[in-house]
Amino acid sequence: MTPPTDSGSGPAGTVDGGTVLSVRDLSVRFRMRDGSYVRAVTEVSFDLAPGECLALVGESGCGKSVLASALLGLLPGNASVAGSALLGDDGLDLLAADERVLAREVRGRRAGLVPQSPAAHLTPVRTVRSQLTETVRELTGAAGPAGVRAAAARAAFPEDHLNRHPHQLSGGLAQRAATALALVGDAPLLLADEPTTGLDRDLVERTVDELRRHTSDHRALLLITHDLAAAGRIADRVAVMYAGRLVEITDAAGFFGAPGPRHPYARGLLNALPERDFTPIPGMPPELGALPPGCAFAARCDRASGACAAVPALVSGVACHHVEVAHA
Amino acid sequence: MLELRSVTAGYDRRAPVVRDVSLTVSAGEAVGLQGPSGCGKSTLARVAALLHRPDSGQVVLDGETARGWRHRAPRAQRTAFGVVFQQPRLSADPRLPLAELIAEPLRSNGRPTDGVRELAETVGLGADLLGRRPHEVSDGQLQRACLARALALRPRWLVCDEMTAMLDASTTAALVGVVEAYRRESGAGLLAVGHDRVLLERWCDRTVGWAELTSR
Ligand SMILES: Nc1ncnc2c1ncn2[C@@H]1O[C@H](COP(=O)(O)OP(=O)(O)OP(=O)(O)O)[C@@H](O)[C@H]1O
Ligand code: SF4
Ligand SMILES: [Mg+2]
Repeated sequence: MTPPTDSGSGPAGTVDGGTVLSVRDLSVRFRMRDGSYVRAVTEVSFDLAPGECLALVGESGCGKSVLASALLGLLPGNASVAGSALLGDDGLDLLAADERVLAREVRGRRAGLVPQSPAAHLTPVRTVRSQLTETVRELTGAAGPAGVRAAAARAAFPEDHLNRHPHQLSGGLAQRAATALALVGDAPLLLADEPTTGLDRDLVERTVDELRRHTSDHRALLLITHDLAAAGRIADRVAVMYAGRLVEITDAAGFFGAPGPRHPYARGLLNALPERDFTPIPGMPPELGALPPGCAFAARCDRASGACAAVPALVSGVACHHVEVAHA
Repeated sequence: MLELRSVTAGYDRRAPVVRDVSLTVSAGEAVGLQGPSGCGKSTLARVAALLHRPDSGQVVLDGETARGWRHRAPRAQRTAFGVVFQQPRLSADPRLPLAELIAEPLRSNGRPTDGVRELAETVGLGADLLGRRPHEVSDGQLQRACLARALALRPRWLVCDEMTAMLDASTTAALVGVVEAYRRESGAGLLAVGHDRVLLERWCDRTVGWAELTSR
């Protein structure tokens, strides 16, 4: 595979001081019991620069969470991974590192995760206070209540709920507890998978602003979200995923404003917003266990033609046979 | 008409989360109820759908006061509601293939289940997905099945509690489209609960804020 010539325009890749994360040709497939394969992620490449926030968006089931799990070595046993994902100055390959290294040196310390289903990631038999206390002690060496209070406050977790167990929290509160835990280590790379589900607008904004603040000091954030308003609020760049592939990666300002997205799928996704046309893209995404041969969007695309029987390459930040790309 | 009259409800009588709230959904009307996280709007939605017994106040369906809640509600009143919740994974039996999931209300009410395929089609689920279990489909696909289940008994009212909060923009627009097509054809009313004001205002005939409801 040739490395991508670029990963979209914008500040990324041009910043001095290298990249926080460099992903090349990352593919993940799951072997099913009947011997077939589900191709959850296919040949994904992108870079994250210091101080950058990249939003990853796309329809439910398109592979976003699998991508995040792959980066942290959290995939189940039936998964196989290809490609590379180099972290930080020493270029540790997250996809090749063994579990001991990932557990001791990477997760929480060099790469934090705000998980998609927080309730499932909190330890059910322990209070939020006890989990935060332990994480603060482990990752910062600080003991005592002040650090715990500060950690809770960063994620707007109410202090008077610290003594509760996870099952005594609403979805939104569990979400904030998980965010607080993920922020403690001040890891250079933070992956946040739907960190605002179940939160109202004010809390969404507080939460994503706090995540954004995390990227000062040259840290980077990968924000996986369905909330396009939240993505537009804090992202520098946007990556759009469809059926396991990146189909567009570009500047957030141009994507949400003018000239807008270029890929037909990305246009459809934005037009579906209630503040825009509020019309769905017809049909549903293909099954990742039975992907069609060419462009996976062809069955739903009003611009599809014979050329679309071949998979379009990602060129100048967009993967489509019928989009004009400006050659630099 | 669906009327909530001075409803007080919660999980602890000494500290109700809903206090003295009244709200009316006229015949065929779509009402949005918007409020912040944890304000009690889901509790009120559950009272409206006869799933949660209020501490005081009444729910009146087309002039008839509700007397029972959950399985104690008279069948005709219970089946007048179709309900869709935020988290399809919490409300779907993980052992049931989608076809069975959709047919569940038909079965438990002794109705024929031969319309399930057609029902699945109206929510955009093809026959190939109907044999799958919940963990084998995406959240969007599972929520489509939950909506089909809610429509199975052709309810007079739909109660959608954050139905689309965990879905992408396109799936959201698709599911709202399904609800609206059903309402056009059946004349059913709707109570849609959520925190997204832009969505509720685009979707519903009128949208009330939680603060307005509770300050009267
Ligand atoms: N352990 C597994 N075995 C087989 N298939 C899996 C497994 N985990 C995930 N998948 C499949 O991989 C695909 C991608 O799933 P993923 O959870 O990454 O989607 P997503 O984009 O995060 O969706 P959402 O927006 O709903 O969170 C789906 O088709 C899913 O069913
Ligand atoms: S490659 Fe063809 S089918 Fe795919 S998005 Fe572009 S025009 Fe549509
Ligand atoms: Mg996900």
